Amino acid sequence: MNAIATPPPGPQPNAETQAFWDAAARGQFLVRRCNACGRAHWYPRVVCPHCFSDRTDWERASGQGTLYAFTVMRRVPVPYAMAYVTLAEGPTMLTNIVNTDLDALYVGQPMRVVFVTADNGLAVPMFTPA
Amino acid sequence: MSSGGHAYIVGAYEHPTRHAPDKSGAQLHAEVALGALADAGLSRQDVDGYFCAGDAPGLGPLSMVDYLNLRVRHVDTTETGGSSYLVHVAHAAQAIAAGKCNVALITLAGRPRSEGTSIGTSTPPGSLAQPDRQWEVPFRPTVVNMYALCAQRHMYEFGTTSEQLAWIKVAASHHAQHNPRAMLRDVVTVEDVMRSPLVADPLHRLDCCVISDGGGALLVTRPEIARSLARPRVRLRGAGEAIKGQDGGNIALTTSAAAHSGAAAFAEAGVTPADIRYVSIYDSFTITVLVQLEDLGFCAKGEGGRFVADGNLISGVGRLPFNTDGGGLCNNHPSNRGGMTKVIEAVRQLRAEAHPAVQVPNCHLALAQGTGGNLATRHCSATLILERE
Ligand SMILES: [Zn+2]
Repeated sequence: MNAIATPPPGPQPNAETQAFWDAAARGQFLVRRCNACGRAHWYPRVVCPHCFSDRTDWERASGQGTLYAFTVMRRVPVPYAMAYVTLAEGPTMLTNIVNTDLDALYVGQPMRVVFVTADNGLAVPMFTPA
Repeated sequence: MSSGGHAYIVGAYEHPTRHAPDKSGAQLHAEVALGALADAGLSRQDVDGYFCAGDAPGLGPLSMVDYLNLRVRHVDTTETGGSSYLVHVAHAAQAIAAGKCNVALITLAGRPRSEGTSIGTSTPPGSLAQPDRQWEVPFRPTVVNMYALCAQRHMYEFGTTSEQLAWIKVAASHHAQHNPRAMLRDVVTVEDVMRSPLVADPLHRLDCCVISDGGGALLVTRPEIARSLARPRVRLRGAGEAIKGQDGGNIALTTSAAAHSGAAAFAEAGVTPADIRYVSIYDSFTITVLVQLEDLGFCAKGEGGRFVADGNLISGVGRLPFNTDGGGLCNNHPSNRGGMTKVIEAVRQLRAEAHPAVQVPNCHLALAQGTGGNLATRHCSATLILERE
């Protein structure tokens, strides 16, 4: 297991994203889906980056994903894993992998979301092996 | 309007410093401007267009045009990170062709080494309003670990190895031994790279570029003026620029925007990769070079590891001599922006003014390639194809 790391730097929500971070504080992981093209995207925004419709809504995501790429930052007091995880809903997001042996990660590894409290008290979605 | 064929690089200057605690950033901009004007045989009064990017201190071009006391009728502050200066060359050619200016000055300078920022291992600063910021900063991205993601995925998809990446540093070091200004002049081996500490796996310390103070400048002008000058003429034959982002979450880490900027530049120039005698390839990390070489078409996607191995990028040894000044990996990466020095070494090669030990014989056609921003999130690629006339 890892040594105790300092809390991650807190995200700064804005009017477009506040609902995501509010839901995260309740332990819910949201993605933004477009009602016009039907696709989910990441990172969340009001106007769909795929078809440019503004008919998008939040939806509760499964929290399931698979590891797309990863690296362990070594030249810091507490090594940490930066990663891209492909969500079951489709898009791939930047995140950290936590609560596991960082030297045993592999591409394609099943992952599930966990929330980690940031230095400003907000809950940040990270992933751990499912 | 095509940027190809209308403009010439007539002045190119790389600041000799690599550590400038005794100089201001604006001063470095002025010193490189002076150097490029002297190289071209032009005077400040000839400059009627000015191009700079985010490294220039102050508000856009205002502070620098005032500091340099220029009289300009065209400015461009296109900011695409380290690739900005290649974009500026192309935009200068377009402005010249459109009659907006006759002599364009492009400057880059900065002092990250003196200012002591851990650029590779700390999270880059940015505006809170930057839309992507809240989705990335909590995960502590750094320049190194983000490029490491690209390397890790390339290894997964194509079987690329750390040894193959190391060959890129080895080639750069073979060139840097002949450059008295280079920060790292010792020739290194694949084993040296592999034995250097892991920073963010699979990238080792020697997979990374240097951090240096300094800068450079270029002068771009129209054919009539270029022909009136004494220097060898380097013509911009083709240019391309492209931005690649995250495509709403369709992450594809092993392909860069160079696939688009390169294709555009080759189409405009009417040549193919097989015609190119020398390449300057943006080298923030070894993986940056490998991905760009594939995307520019010097080898097939996934073949980069085999292509760069066994000294194939070493001048006089391999098939495709690259970064003969030692590049950002060994020579100079001023202001954490390697695009300017990529163009300058390409100009040296085309003028036959590179160090004799690394000069490419009959170097009449060269390619300069820049990548700015972050290969793993959003970046700009700019490609220039330059010809000696
Ligand atoms: Zn849509």
